[in-house]
Amino acid sequence: MLRQALMGAAAIAAFALPATAETVAVTHARILTAGPAGEIAQGTLVLRDGKIVAAGANVAVPAGARVIDAAGGVVTPGFFATDSVLGAQEVGSLGSDLRVSNPALGAAMDVQYGLNPASTLIPVARLGGLTSAIVMPHASGGGGEADEGDEMTSGGVPDADPSHALFAGQAAVVTLGQGPDILAKAKVAMVVPFGQAGAKIAGGARGAEFVAFKAALQDVRDYARNKAGYDKGESRALSLSKADLEALIPVVQGRMPIIAEVHRAADILAVLKLAKDENLKVILNGAEEGWMVAADIAKAGVPVLVYPLSDRSVSFEQLGSTLDNAGRLAAAGVVVAIESDDGGHRARETRYDAGNAVSHGMAYAAALAAVTINPAKIFGVADRTGSIEPGKDADVVIWTGDPFEPLSQASAIFVRGVQQPMTSRQLELRDRYKDLNRALPPAYSH
Amino acid sequence: MRVWRTAAAILAVAAIGGCATTGSPAKPAPSAQASKDKAAPPKPLAKGLDPAASANPFPSTYKPLPSQPTAIVGASAFTGTGELVENATVLIKDGKVEQVTAGLAAPAGYVTVDAHGKWVTPGLIDAHSHLGVYASPEVWANSDGNELTDPVTPQVWAEHSVWPQDPQFDTARIGGVTTILVLPGSGNLIGGRGVVLRNVPSRTVQGMKFPDAPYVLKMACGENPKRVYGSKGRAPSTRMGNVAGYRAAWINAADYQRRWEDYRAKIGRGEKADPPKRDLALDTLVGVLKGEILVENHCYRADEMAQMIDISKEFGYHITAFHHAVEAYKIADLLAANGTCVATWANWWGGKMEMYDGIEANAALVDAAKGGCAIIKSDDPDLIQRLNQEAAEALAAGRAAGLTISEAQAIKWITANPAKALGISAQAGSLEPGKRADVVIWDHDPFSIYARTERVYVDGAIAYDRHDTRYQPRSDFDLGQPGEGVR
Repeated sequence: MLRQALMGAAAIAAFALPATAETVAVTHARILTAGPAGEIAQGTLVLRDGKIVAAGANVAVPAGARVIDAAGGVVTPGFFATDSVLGAQEVGSLGSDLRVSNPALGAAMDVQYGLNPASTLIPVARLGGLTSAIVMPHASGGGGEADEGDEMTSGGVPDADPSHALFAGQAAVVTLGQGPDILAKAKVAMVVPFGQAGAKIAGGARGAEFVAFKAALQDVRDYARNKAGYDKGESRALSLSKADLEALIPVVQGRMPIIAEVHRAADILAVLKLAKDENLKVILNGAEEGWMVAADIAKAGVPVLVYPLSDRSVSFEQLGSTLDNAGRLAAAGVVVAIESDDGGHRARETRYDAGNAVSHGMAYAAALAAVTINPAKIFGVADRTGSIEPGKDADVVIWTGDPFEPLSQASAIFVRGVQQPMTSRQLELRDRYKDLNRALPPAYSH
Repeated sequence: MRVWRTAAAILAVAAIGGCATTGSPAKPAPSAQASKDKAAPPKPLAKGLDPAASANPFPSTYKPLPSQPTAIVGASAFTGTGELVENATVLIKDGKVEQVTAGLAAPAGYVTVDAHGKWVTPGLIDAHSHLGVYASPEVWANSDGNELTDPVTPQVWAEHSVWPQDPQFDTARIGGVTTILVLPGSGNLIGGRGVVLRNVPSRTVQGMKFPDAPYVLKMACGENPKRVYGSKGRAPSTRMGNVAGYRAAWINAADYQRRWEDYRAKIGRGEKADPPKRDLALDTLVGVLKGEILVENHCYRADEMAQMIDISKEFGYHITAFHHAVEAYKIADLLAANGTCVATWANWWGGKMEMYDGIEANAALVDAAKGGCAIIKSDDPDLIQRLNQEAAEALAAGRAAGLTISEAQAIKWITANPAKALGISAQAGSLEPGKRADVVIWDHDPFSIYARTERVYVDGAIAYDRHDTRYQPRSDFDLGQPGEGVR
């Protein structure tokens, strides 16, 4: 019944895109708002003109609304793929639009210019309930030991081309709906590898990176104070290109956060101190040993991006990794966002990662926040998305059950109010080969 | 030591006699011919020169951990035979499964484990792992899984690279994995022998070796070998180069096999004969041709799998399983007809061109083919901790494709079916009487994301208990480290 209703709805949406003008009411839903309304055990959600109009137990279905009976299913805000490559990578081994090894350009690198809305990864991710992504640059050659391991089982070689740039570039928020423009917000943060990866870039030692980093910030401040002098050649020699200096002005002014990729407890404390000394806004990424210094992170008011399944001693800077990390950080009061393993092909695992965090001590509501409102807040888009609240974008997913469970499936997905087709290149392949006894070769089925 | 030497000598004599254990087709010679040349009895070959005499030079020393007769009472038990027994009593004695029966009271003399409200499965079997050969931490010094100095290296054995202190064995055990096939990497056309391990802490790899499990041979199709060797400016640099490489290797193996058979036939007739020089690489390949060593073939694309099957027919061996095989769904009928299992993932795709067409329903579509054998495996030290979740994702994708698949069927993808692909079905993979009592107790349905193992039995012994620190082994490496290995 529900299935038929949804399939019908999907068919209508497919013919009528964009359908932003319509009013949709989702009824008989358990609504997990990730917002101030918390959980609505049984309620109705109304979407109109791409926005959420109302959500609650006693919300009336507006006249003329298209009704989707969720029939006891669960409704959530669309999830975030944090630390993602969506829209910037198609086939892993063919590279991405996220990595540069250009000595003259690091901080200025801006992922917004490389986004590909036609990537086949986006529908696959979307079917996993993801409606937004934080696309982040990657430090070139800065992967540390972990990358080497992954590569070596397939006979690959570690990336031997370290960037000369301490700054990997600027992240963007993207929206994962169909359409020609997926950029939601550019220049949301600046990626900076610390720990082993940062040390490698700086010439081999953590001590070098911190000194070089501080010197670079000083250069930016000097440049910002006297751009005219710089342009006339009256400045002392600066360590960064003009483009990089410009890109870093919002960082030294505390308007743009840095995403500090850091793992070891001691390195986390060092980054927190650096941020304090330099008046930087900082987001920690990785932080496998974060639980050991959770109180310090919470006290600094610094949010953390965590892959909750990191529990192995992958390198000497994450010997203390544990599956309890996300839960312990959240319990200590840290704002946590959950990220997936690769952020691209497997980004759809984000909901399972959240479920695993729950089974290892994270409160369910905290895990839900970690894939919705928290990344929205951390990256400055909480005014538009990340929770089910009137006035926000209608980024909403209807699930057959608990969204963290593999046996639950998304049954309808709205991005900015537009109901998305429940298809992907993968499902087209599946359906082409489901029946191998057709008269004509599979190539004729599409 | 003395006992071993004697045994080896007996084997050597038996082998020289052209005994059936060598699989030699040599016919007994006419007695007249034999008596004519029978001047001096042939000397046994020097130790180490006769492959038949040293078929098992690194024997298992595995001994089960201490166990007691145990009754696990009240759980919902997936038996690995396609059934779910509610309110099951699982009886374990002498390390073996005695019976699984609904509602049976625990007999006297058995330790009773109250498992009401919990779930039980056979110990999980990972058909594709590199634990120990790519140990953690993932540093160069621990990278011992790919002998990338030649594309054909059947002479290398993964067990000689396994570091038993790899802490990843411990995290895999927490995930319910009791048996692991450790394979060489996939950089070579023929990468070497894999080894089946019991997932128990041990000072030596011999102490982990699964008794009487067959050896396996790792082969690899596609991008990896041609990339690795093409980039070195040598063959193979193309897929056609790959195929030429496999075929040349099998020709060498068949020739070597013939030379030993000729030699044994002559000796059997009492004639003088010079033995072929033993070749470790060809010993392994001949083991495959004789059906004693199973072929585990890394191969992603459907068209390449079809070609590998033709190669196996050309030289007379069988491919036990294709691994990764993300396009298996395109030829599920062909694979089922060939009796070849498919060890794959649900979620992994797109890392390279040959993975681009991977779909979540791959395992389910393989399973749905008549006679199909689907396996969910890890190839990954993280995923090995959650094989049940990957199976759940594959199951959900199958159902979304319109297939009717029970959980009791899907549990076989990580238990009975990998046991088949490892050649250990008679011993493991299901909770049937007489099999090794590898048993996992889960706190939720194992197809739930919230399921965690409560206790893991290997051969009827508690190898891990989530609530009892006495049964939470830690590797040497984790001692004294941050976090103390608390995962």
